[in-house]
Amino acid sequence: MRACVADDASKLARIVGDFPILRERTVRGRRLVYLDSAATSQKPQCVIDALVTYYSTYNANIHRGVYEIAARATDAFEDARAKVARFVNANPRDLVWTRNTTEAINLVAHSWGGANIKPGDVILVTQLEHHSNLVPWQELAAKTGARLAYVPVDDRGLHVLDDLDDLLDGVKLVALSHVSNTLGTIAPLDVIVPRAHAAGAVVLVDGAQAAPNMPVDVKALDVDFYAFSGHKMCAPTGIGALYGKRALLEAMPPFLTGGDMIRTVTYEGATFNDLPWKFEAGTSNIAGAIGFGAAVEYLSQIGMEWVREHERSLASYAFERLRELEPRGLVVYGPRDPDLVADVISFNYADIHPHDLASILDGEGVCIRAGHHCTMPLMEKMGWPATARASFYIYNTKQDVDALIDALGKAAAIFKIGRAGVAGALDG
Amino acid sequence: MDDFYRDYILDHYRNPRNFGHLEHPDVVAEDTNPLCGDRIRMELLVDANGTVADVRFFGKGCAISQASASMLTESVKGRPLADVARLTKEAVLENVGIGISPTRLKCAMLGLKVLKTAAVGQLASWPDED
Repeated sequence: MRACVADDASKLARIVGDFPILRERTVRGRRLVYLDSAATSQKPQCVIDALVTYYSTYNANIHRGVYEIAARATDAFEDARAKVARFVNANPRDLVWTRNTTEAINLVAHSWGGANIKPGDVILVTQLEHHSNLVPWQELAAKTGARLAYVPVDDRGLHVLDDLDDLLDGVKLVALSHVSNTLGTIAPLDVIVPRAHAAGAVVLVDGAQAAPNMPVDVKALDVDFYAFSGHKMCAPTGIGALYGKRALLEAMPPFLTGGDMIRTVTYEGATFNDLPWKFEAGTSNIAGAIGFGAAVEYLSQIGMEWVREHERSLASYAFERLRELEPRGLVVYGPRDPDLVADVISFNYADIHPHDLASILDGEGVCIRAGHHCTMPLMEKMGWPATARASFYIYNTKQDVDALIDALGKAAAIFKIGRAGVAGALDG
Repeated sequence: MDDFYRDYILDHYRNPRNFGHLEHPDVVAEDTNPLCGDRIRMELLVDANGTVADVRFFGKGCAISQASASMLTESVKGRPLADVARLTKEAVLENVGIGISPTRLKCAMLGLKVLKTAAVGQLASWPDED
């Protein structure tokens, strides 16, 4: 398994070649080194083509058109649902299109949460959560009189499960990210999910950073809800998905109401459509869904085991190269273990603020993200004012890591950081 | 990029002038740039003539926001509050130097925004235009 498929240079070169922006785009005369895929991934030609083909040859609204292109659009839309469902080993009936992960989580918070969360109930999240898997629960708790509790993380950003059973006592819902967008930490779902179920809780997993980077099997994980976004996994923006267990989805009231989600409407009231359309009010993002289908087909051809292995090998190489800069004040946050992290590495360099670092790297054609990464409570807890974050995807290479290290060297030169670093490294 | 991070910018970043707090400030203002989390607080001591007798700033953030705020404090000490309220973006850019990218302009302007908020707050109304 570990026999480095990632060293398959011709496969990697072919993948890079599939992305026009990586093949053709330059930044100030340099090749684009894109290390921000955790924010959004680049798009391969086949996904771009799927959008262009839809818009230029069979653009029509879906589900009730009787003419040929409307039927073709409906088929393509539902075929894409089947592909995305298969990608996470779900039944298409249990896969609802949303705008993105955030909307999927809000759907559950409003629909399931509104019907099931009562005053005094406990919602358990972790200290690692992205605002999108935190604020909806804070709002739900405020509205219903429920309470939020947190699974703590240690200084390395690993979940502390010592008191998990105590924490789970009386919990109605556990909501956690599969992979942390700030530190890359992979959650031990195999431990948490069965224990949450044993305590009678429903489990929602934010898969925004996991679905793009590793094989995901919602049945094997036995999660009740799984939310993910297309745009982080080669698909267009504005399309995401929510998987839910059939019985839960059946029992839930609609989220948004209007066209397409109804069965019959009279002046007196309405009855609602079957799953999954019950949760898809209004005209969906048809092109986006078709693009999402093309994206998971592309990823499946590459193989998600290969993707995970490739990123593990890149992370391992990046940790090794970043370690060279540690004597000069570079600090890597998070688990720092390629087996425990997915696509993300967070760091700071001496007293260089991450925004300055990102600006200087941009001058070298290297795109990274800087800031709080939508995890302000985590940054506060860790005492980091902000971090720089590099994230990898299928098209990144060891040369991209080298470009990052070279650009960090440039930043060190500009900020006059010597061999021994500078006094007073960035602190909270 | 090498152009922008000149020695005096790094010097102001690492050795900010007028950094800290006043014991009894007449006016205080604070703001953050929610995009990047940069934070600046300005404290002013204003004498009977309406002149800035003393100033301190406090904050954290990138070299651009901190150096810009530091330089601003140097330039307003001893000046009438009405002048401070009328400080322009261009004046700040002249201070910090050319070459700042549009994405970082907000960082450079945070100190100015806070300082003007403080000055205007103290003047209780916008000063008349010249």
